[in-house]
Amino acid sequence: MTLLQERHHEHDRLNRRGSLEPREPGRPRRSRAVALVLACLTLMTLDLVGGDDSPVDGARRLVGEAYAPVEAGVNTVLGPFFAVGDWFHTQDQLVEDVGRLEAENDQLRGDLATLDFDRNRLREYDGLTATAEQIGYALVPARVIGVGAAQTFSRTVTIDAGTDAGLRPDLTVVSAAGLVGRVIRVTSTTATVLLVIDADSTVGGRVGSSMKIGFLHGRGDLGDFGRTARLDLELVDQTTVPARGDTVVTWGSQDGAPYVSGVPVGTVRSVYSSVRDTTQRAVIDPYVDFGSLDLVGVVVPSGTDSDRAVVEPDGTMQ
Amino acid sequence: MTTPRAAAALWATFVALVLQVSVFPHLAFHGVVPDVVLLVVVAVGLRHGSETAMVLGFGGGLLLDLVPPADHVAGRWALALLVAGYVAGRLSTPVPRRSVVLASVAACSFVALSVFELSGLVLRDPLVDVALLLETVAVALVMDVVLGALLVPVVLALDERLEPDRLPA
Repeated sequence: MTLLQERHHEHDRLNRRGSLEPREPGRPRRSRAVALVLACLTLMTLDLVGGDDSPVDGARRLVGEAYAPVEAGVNTVLGPFFAVGDWFHTQDQLVEDVGRLEAENDQLRGDLATLDFDRNRLREYDGLTATAEQIGYALVPARVIGVGAAQTFSRTVTIDAGTDAGLRPDLTVVSAAGLVGRVIRVTSTTATVLLVIDADSTVGGRVGSSMKIGFLHGRGDLGDFGRTARLDLELVDQTTVPARGDTVVTWGSQDGAPYVSGVPVGTVRSVYSSVRDTTQRAVIDPYVDFGSLDLVGVVVPSGTDSDRAVVEPDGTMQ
Repeated sequence: MTTPRAAAALWATFVALVLQVSVFPHLAFHGVVPDVVLLVVVAVGLRHGSETAMVLGFGGGLLLDLVPPADHVAGRWALALLVAGYVAGRLSTPVPRRSVVLASVAACSFVALSVFELSGLVLRDPLVDVALLLETVAVALVMDVVLGALLVPVVLALDERLEPDRLPA
């Protein structure tokens, strides 16, 4: 027996006697390891079985409330740095605009040089006001302050409005372009929004031209890696075929929860029919660019108490 | 693990959480964010062994599971980081060399992401295309290794500075 084996053997025997010989440093106590793994499994089971009113939601809310000030702080401090990216992005358009206007009026060039971020934001608010008028609901404006990591595969974002702004779960979220998603969880100052492109999201949709109804399912793609964010529409009535370019709007649910009716979702891109299942599936291009969400509006009942101005259906602020 | 070290590890985990949840999403590539909390767990595992890293991984993972806008089944990150902590602890050496650190980060990141995604596939939470999943995991893995090469030595140095290990007599 070599020296090494002998020493190893001795070490082993000492341990079995229950002496105070220290454990091998890397190795955890089995009891603790098992306890931790069981804790994880219990948590998953609780959350999964609990479904919509899972006991974990209380903990989520608690952590959310505690984390909201941190997130707001980070956004305030680093916001201007993050905005630098947008500034460069809009620079191309800016140069184009300036070139065109130069011919008309040299004076305007100076003014144009100062427009970028602020004017874009103003345009977004204008768009949101127009949306409120168009779909006929009151909107609470909110900004996207956090985006779920792609590797979790749940397409969710955090917005900077919560119960203080009059929000509660199961409210529709729209942007100037169309339907964004719905509120699934709120804290006092933030809310989590499930985007319609999430694989778990189902929205009742109606084809604008034929008024036929169906269900829109997300695919979980954000539109990265050369894929475009798409939705699948399954029509209830299999006999009608939606035409390419048809508009799809929401069909709405009772009391407008979770989705109000008549919000534009996207246009039909292509239609597939499966002979085996005798179903038809239309692929929808959403109007909203989910890769660059910023200002969104949450549909609330008119006259909601809010910590900020609510955009009323007639376009006024309250 | 002594009290100042434990406090430093908790503080590092919290900073990592803020980086991962609030800062890196703004700089994300294709929406993929580096797993900063995982890197702290790996660093702690490399120095203090599996048990400490498993506890820290469980705690950090739990926070990742609960902090908004997370919406997956709670406990998935906790399990993933717990396993990563175990692996990192098993790879620990008294004075980790750079190559060991890099290999550990890659191994732990791979293991953690696999556990996380596989648990998602098993629980069908949310059901996604496997090709997309593989691409995303590959990007995340590369990000973790790159950031890990920078960050893990910093955490290790911080820990060493706080309370230098005595050389064995």
